Formats: sequence, C-alpha cells, structure tokens
Amino acid sequence: MLSTLQSPRSLSRFPSRYTLCTLTAQSPTSTSPPPPPPHSQILSIRHSLLSRRLSAAQLAESYLTRLRLTEPHLKSFLHVSEDAVLQQAHRLDQMIASSEELGPLAGVLVAVKDNICTADMPSTGGSRVLEGYLPPFDATAVRKIKDLGGIVVGKTNLDEFGMGSTTEASAFQVTANPWDISRVPGGSSGGSAAAVSARQCVVSLGSDTGGSVRLPASFCGVVGLKPTYGRVSRYGLMAYASSLDVIGCFGSSVADTGILLHAISGHDRLDATSSNREVPDFASRFDSVDLLESKPLKGLRVGLIRETLDDGVDNGVISVIRGAASHLEELGCSVTEISLPSFSLGLPAYYILASSESSSNLSRYDGVRYGNQVAADELNSLYGDSRAKGFGPEVKRRILTGTYALSAGYYDAYYKRAQQVRTMIRKSFKAALDENDILISPAAPSAAYKIGEKKDDPLAMYAGDIMTVNVNLAGLPALVLPCGFVEGGAAGLPVGLQMIGAGFDEENLLKVGHIFEQTLENCRFVPPLIEHDDTP
Amino acid sequence: MSSMMASTFLRSIQNHPLMLYPAALFIRKKVVLYCTMKSTESQTATQEKQNPRIKVPPRTQTITTTNNVSKDYEAVIGIETHVQLNTLTKAFCSCPYNYGSPPNTSVCPICMGLPGALPVLNSKVIEYAVKVGLALNCKLSLNSKFDRKQYFYPDLPKGYQISQFDVPIATGGYLDLDLPMEFGGGHWKFGITRVHMEEDAGKLLHSESGSYSQVDLNRAGVPLLEIVSEPDMRTGIEAAEYAAELQRLVRYLGVSNGNMQEGSLRCDVNVSIRPIGQSQFGTKVEIKNLNSFSSVSRAIDFEISRQVQLHSQEKGDQIIQETRLWEEGAQKTVTMRKKEGLADYRYFPEPDLPGVILTKEYVDAIRDSLPEAPEMKRRRYEKMGLSMQDVLFLANDINVAQFFDATIAKGADVKLATNWIMGDIAAYMKNEKLTINEIKLVPRELAELIASIKGGTISGKIGKEILFELLAKGGTVKGLIKEKDLVQIVDPVEIEKMVEKVLAENPQQLEQYRGGKTKLQGYFAGQVMKVSKGKANPGLLNKILLEKLNAKS
Repeated sequence: MLSTLQSPRSLSRFPSRYTLCTLTAQSPTSTSPPPPPPHSQILSIRHSLLSRRLSAAQLAESYLTRLRLTEPHLKSFLHVSEDAVLQQAHRLDQMIASSEELGPLAGVLVAVKDNICTADMPSTGGSRVLEGYLPPFDATAVRKIKDLGGIVVGKTNLDEFGMGSTTEASAFQVTANPWDISRVPGGSSGGSAAAVSARQCVVSLGSDTGGSVRLPASFCGVVGLKPTYGRVSRYGLMAYASSLDVIGCFGSSVADTGILLHAISGHDRLDATSSNREVPDFASRFDSVDLLESKPLKGLRVGLIRETLDDGVDNGVISVIRGAASHLEELGCSVTEISLPSFSLGLPAYYILASSESSSNLSRYDGVRYGNQVAADELNSLYGDSRAKGFGPEVKRRILTGTYALSAGYYDAYYKRAQQVRTMIRKSFKAALDENDILISPAAPSAAYKIGEKKDDPLAMYAGDIMTVNVNLAGLPALVLPCGFVEGGAAGLPVGLQMIGAGFDEENLLKVGHIFEQTLENCRFVPPLIEHDDTP
Repeated sequence: MSSMMASTFLRSIQNHPLMLYPAALFIRKKVVLYCTMKSTESQTATQEKQNPRIKVPPRTQTITTTNNVSKDYEAVIGIETHVQLNTLTKAFCSCPYNYGSPPNTSVCPICMGLPGALPVLNSKVIEYAVKVGLALNCKLSLNSKFDRKQYFYPDLPKGYQISQFDVPIATGGYLDLDLPMEFGGGHWKFGITRVHMEEDAGKLLHSESGSYSQVDLNRAGVPLLEIVSEPDMRTGIEAAEYAAELQRLVRYLGVSNGNMQEGSLRCDVNVSIRPIGQSQFGTKVEIKNLNSFSSVSRAIDFEISRQVQLHSQEKGDQIIQETRLWEEGAQKTVTMRKKEGLADYRYFPEPDLPGVILTKEYVDAIRDSLPEAPEMKRRRYEKMGLSMQDVLFLANDINVAQFFDATIAKGADVKLATNWIMGDIAAYMKNEKLTINEIKLVPRELAELIASIKGGTISGKIGKEILFELLAKGGTVKGLIKEKDLVQIVDPVEIEKMVEKVLAENPQQLEQYRGGKTKLQGYFAGQVMKVSKGKANPGLLNKILLEKLNAKS
C-alpha cells in the first residue's frame, strides 16, 4: 500500500528485520540496502491525482484500510468519519473528471487533534466534561485545510485538554506508540503523532503548549513543527494556556509538515494574537536532494545548547544528538556549543504560567451551558460536582496549582515571578539567536518510555518537558525531526532532533530540516508496525 | 411624582430620623399620595421614570436643607457606575445588542464562551472610553491592558469577566455639576477615581415557581465602562445628581443611551457614616438594585438613617461590610449578602488580547472632536446672562440644548428663545408627552417667530397661535402668516378707520366714556382688535383710539 505514496522500488528495500541505524552507530548490520529518505506524501498524492494514476477514492480507501488494521493496536483516534472521507473523495474524483481545479491539499487525509474544533465531528478535548460535544464551528486551521481540499479523517486522542506528556491522561483511551505498542506515543498530541507515524493519515494537526507536538514527534519518529506564537490562528483551539498555545503540524517528511504549515498560517481576524506577517511559501524550499551542493548548509551557524545535554538526559539520546550535530557539520554548518543559563528555570516558570492560565481557561466547563451537568440542588454543588466528575486528575492538579498561584498574596511570588523568568528566557534566546541561525537540542531527554511508567509520578513526567517548554515561553518556532535511534522495543526507538529558529523564521528551519532529512543515511522512518504493509 | 416621593421621604426622615419601622413607612406612603395629588412637578435627578429625555425643572418645591439626618454624623458616599456603551456590536464579537430582544438571539460562540472561541476587541470601545475619560478630566493611560476577573456565576459564560484591573484606561478626574436651587444650589466637583473598560454579563431569568432558572446571554459581552467616584458625596441628593450628571455626560458624548430602566446606566453606591470631625471612614455598606435616580437618593438616605440609628443606639458594631438590596416596594434596604472576607478574583492579564496602546495623536484627535460637555454648555449659557434655573433647564437634556443653540444660531434673542422653550414649548411637550425631537417646530422657525414678533410683523398673541400650529403641524412662520393673513396692521389710516367704525357703532359707551368713565378704553380697544381680527398693532391702536376718544366732537 505504501507503494501508492512512495516509489515501489524503495519499499522493497525496507529491511525486514530490526536494524540499529543510529547516526552514532553507523554500522548497519543488515544486508539490505539503506532505506531512502522520506518523500512528500502530499506531492505524491497530487501527482497521482493529476496524472489520474490513482483516484482520490482509491487513495482514501488505502489509508482507511491501514487505519482499520492498525487502530485496534494504536487507538490514535477518538473519532473517525469513514463515510464522510469517502464521500469527499468521490466528490473530488468528480471534480477531477470534469477537470476542475484542485486545491493544494486535494485528497490529503488530515487527522485533527480533538482539542481543535470541527463542526461536523465531536470535539471533546479528551475530556469527559465535553463528551459528545459538537461545536457549531470549525477552527480556523481546520477551515483553511478544508478550503484547500484537505479531507479531515477524524479526531485524534490526547491528554485531557493537552495536559500531559504521554496521552495517558485522555479520559477515553490510551494511545500506543507505533514503534513499540507497549510504550507511550508522547503527548499531549500522541494521537496525531501516532496516526502520522503509522500512516493512518497523511499529515495531522496537533497543539503545542509546552512541547505537545515536539515530544510525541520525537517519540513516534515523525516530523513535528511548533510554529512561532501568532503564526497560526488559535481560533477553535480549546485554550489550555493561551499565551503559550499554538497549533502545530505533523508529517512523515519535512516537506509535508511545511506544506501543512503553509496551509494553516496567516493572520486571522478572529484571533487578536495572530500575526499580520506575510507567510512565505515554505514549500518552494524543498529542493530535491539531487540538486544539492556538497555543502548545502555552508555558513549556517548552529548553536548546540549545552544545558540540554546535561545530567538527566539519556546517554543514548546525547550520542544521537551529537551525531546529528556532526551531520550538520558535514553539511557545512559551523556547530558551536552555547550556554543558556536560564534554561533550567523554564520548567518551573512554565508549570506556574501554564497552570495559572489553565485554571482560568477551564472555568467555562461548569456544566451550565454544554457538556456534562451533574444534577444538584444548588448552584455550588452543580459546579463542584460537574467539575469533579468531568475532569481527570491531571487537569484537576493543574487547576488547583494555577488557582493557588493566582490567589491574593501568592500572585507576586508565583505568577509575577514566573513572568519575569519568562522575560529573561526570551532575552537569552534572543541573544543566542543573534549569534546563531538556529539552535539545536534533543526534543526529549529520553526516547519513548513504557505505558504506565510515569503515570503516578507527575513530577517525573513534567521533567520530560525540559527540552521544549523554554521555546513556548520564548514564543519561537521549533522543528523536531527524526535523527536516529536508541535501543528499545523490538526495532529501536526514534530520537528527535529539535531545531529552534528565530521568531517567524519557519522558512529557514524547514529548509535546514529538509536538507538534514534528505541527506541522513541509514535511518528508517517507518515504524515496524506497518513496515510489511505493502498491500496496494 | 417619583420626585415627590423622594422629597417627602426626606422630610419624613428629617422629622422623625429614627422612625423607620413599617408603621412609619405606612404613614409615609399616605403622605406621598397626598403630595402626589398636590403637585406633579419633578426634580431633575428624579424624573427618570416619567420621561427619560425631558427634564422639567421644579418650581413649587423648596427643600432648603438636604438630609442632615443628624447633626452629629456625616455620611460618606461613593458610587460605582456601569455605563453600557452603545457600540453597534459587542465588545469582543460582532453580535449586535438590542435591549429586549428574545433570549439568546444575539449570541455567537465568542460571547457564549464556547471552547476555542477568542475575543477580539471592538476598537469603538477604546474610542468611547477615551471620550469619557477626557470628558471626566482624567489622566489617560497610554499603555493599559485587559485582565481577567474570575468568578463562577451562570450568567458569566467564560467563568471570568474581561475587565481592567491595575491599569485602568483613565484615572484621577472629576465631574462638575450645578446642584438645582431647590437642593441648595451651588457648583460642585466630585472626584473620579478611575474609568475602566469591561464586558457585561448575561441575565438570569428565574421561573415563577422558583424551581429553575434560565440564562439569557444576549447581554453577555456588551461593552461597559465602570466609572468609580471618590467618596466625595454626603447626601442622597448629591449622589443622585452626580449620577444624573454622568447620564447627561454620556448622552452628550453619544456613547450610551444612559437609560436606567433598561440597565444601560447602573449605580451601586457605597455608604458609610462617621461622627463629624472624624477623618477615618466608617464601615461601608454597598447598595444595589437602584433603578432610578430617585431610588439612588432614597436608598442612600434610608441607609444613612439606618446606620445613624444603629450608631446612636450604641449598636454601631451591627453595621457590617455587606451588600444590601434596595427594595422599591418596601422603600428600604435589606441584606443581600455578607462579605466573607475579601473576594479573591484572581486577576491576571488577559492573554488573548494584546495591550491597549494609545498614541498621543489618537488621543488628540478624539479630544479635538469632543462635543461641548454639559458643564461647558452651562457656563456658556450662564455667560449669556441666563439664570441658573434657565441654564439647568436648557442644558439638562442635550436635545433641548441643541434646539436652543440652533435657535440662537439663527439669530434669535437669547432671553426670548429661552422663554418660549421653557414656557409654551415645554408645556406643549409635557401635555403631548413628546420630546423636543418629536415636535414639528424646528429651531429656524422659532427664531423666525421671535424675529417676526420683535420686528412687529405679528403681535405676540398671534405669535402664540402660530407657535401651536408650528408645534403640531410644522410649516413656516412666513407661510402661516401669509396663509392666514396674519400680518400686523401698522397702517394708521386703516386703524383709524376701524376705530371710527367701533366708535360709531357704540355711541352709548362713547357717551359714558366722555362722561368720565375712562375705564371703557379697554372695552373699545378690545372691540377694535376684534374688528382687526387681532392684527392691529396694539401700540398704534391705543394711541389712535385715545386721540379719537378724547377728541372734542
């Protein structure tokens, strides 16, 4: 089936057994030839449709078939609209038949994180409190995807309202990691990452408040992009921490991720924090690898953040990241280690600010207007009981933390101080990005861990966000892409490299990421769950 | 009528400061009825219910002292006023707001606070806030921001109200007002602590059985200005006049209809008392549910007496910080909720909205476009030589003031224009229950009418007839004069003929006159005027008549 998306020749070359192919241990033991770098599925689909090699219905059916096969193991989706997908594909085929113009996302199956509103599908945010809730409008990002011909395949699982790093905090189900189904996919956008990783869809939308796109991208071995704050409208994204939330993109290649970002970017009059800046055509930067010079990134200044390779970071991860740094050097970059002294302050500042904002943003789930209402004799018990029943433990923990931090007498010590730290972090990133074109770090201190491993230790889980939260506090864009593997599971576990760019410089990040990805050797991008899946 | 209730109430308190028990209330009610029959005049601040637009000044009433309930205590009163801005759309979404629409017909995901919806500020809200801030002589914050005020209530769909906390858009101003003569008169300045922008909440509709309540979110998200006064007022009347002046101001500025019955202007007052000479404030009590200026005045005066009574009975500790509700029916305040410590609204900066940055150019442009404020108008009218009673009558209602100004602009005599407007025109409006914008008379024609009388084209008597024609049907003075052939007769020959005709027809009376009964001159004058159909110039008529009567025949 992947033959519809990638060249049949490359598929046949997939190693049939697990091989360790990290960059640090570049000694593939397999006798199979190395796998090729990922191609843009979006461009292949477009090509297939325009050349009439495949119909939209055939394409959609092939994804849906894989979805049906893998979903019982993965549980990435909270809702799938098979009939609607096929209907839209048929409509598309009619358009093709009558030679109507196709949008750039025509026939592309997009999965949407369930905290992003869709008018034709339930949107629960992974919470009991919104079970069965059907919003009356599409989020701006979803509307843009639909306007460009994209087909929303369903809603993906997440930690309740985006609060979590494993997707275990969903009120409905636990999603598994396609690389090892005994492990977490990361979170909170675990469903969206797993769905792309297992090719249940082409691309997907997630949201990133403290790393919720980048962490699962790293754990699931896919490309994840957290745009600059303000690049993509938040309208229709259920607010967790408004000053940090962004809608982000997942793809199986940098090119697909960039094409999706381009589709959803731009000013929105419905979001006062969305930027008026022009959106460059990111896609034009995805040159074929054959056209690249020998040192295509010559002169690019890369800063490796020293604090991200400190104690507490998995040794395997550190060596993969150092390997990635060497690869960048081979491409012509000058890589220097830099220090961000305020880096370690990011985690506490983040958890104070995000919890504070969430305690406010989640006040609307009071059982009065929508969602679940518990019968009560008087108003306070209606609120108390509806919220006690509706929210899970992680959400309650953050509401309590945030309420405490904002209370009279504590505001200055917590919220205000955290804001000061945020300003400091912003400044130190600004300084580092004046000296460097991009900064790099791991996306997470470890690869995917076992389901249940950190469930009862929230602080250990919070610590896993150390690599990503600073970027949200600074409002910067960051791209995470697979760069190697560490041992674990049956086939090794992917490790993501985080590239942080200057504000609104996604274009550069995507360009560098694309070249990095296309020149990376000996790295597999398709999880074992589906690697034998070549049914047409 | 409501004003009479107010003043009667005041008097009763003055007479019996401690009689605030149901029996006293009953007696008071009877007195009210009596007074109501005696007089239908209203007071400026207290006639909201009768007619929200036209202010009729009191003539018959004289309250020389306000409510000095006790010589030993003074009251300290501050007011928080919420003014609903009449922007076309709500503060953060594009829903219109019309008072009285069927429940939940003017709502959208944003003002309903649905998940994922975001507020976007309507720039008119800033413009109106700046206008009011400038008109209240405030200092504007060039960098302000919105904050979230958090509490749970079913009419608050997001669980927080978007408001302004530590950096309001305007601070430290004052409001000028002229107290009507019957309340002691005088020019007053009351301090304004702050003006800030916020959104309104929805409304709860309670079922008759009381078994359930429903939420109407039409009003949710409508822009409000909260205007907080300094605790500068000492009596109910001062507070009511302050509120009335604020209403006048927002109407002059065109930022709100200021209608208290519809809740477009809402006053919450804080009242405390302290022994005279003490600088420390007493425990303050907040009063809500004040739907008219008269209820503001009456509720405060009730509350002052209640507190004075407690104090003078050594029960001062029973005055607790609480919110009390004004009960219009019972004419008293009752406990609504006791404050349990300080409410913690957990304010923090609204992350969904960028900061509010005003440039100097923006503020200057608004300042330059501000209309004349009521205070400026009153001072200008005063300089024209009008009495304070005239000034207050004309300036109370912006529509009346504009009518007056337009009449003057057409060259009309100031005093004459004032007299016409305050006299026959006001009486007509009152009888017909019309506002000055609803009458058919236009300023240009009033000016023409005044000029025609002054210039002798028509007599004053005919002028009045024409006026009522103009008020009811419109048209022009010139047209009516021509149509009805009403031009004054100033030709002595013509008048002489008429005089001769009357004398010839009344030989008997002429004989009596010449026999010494000179009183009959009036009779002859009336007869001649009748013959002229009222058109003879009275001066000329009398002069010629006298000549003829006294002529030796």
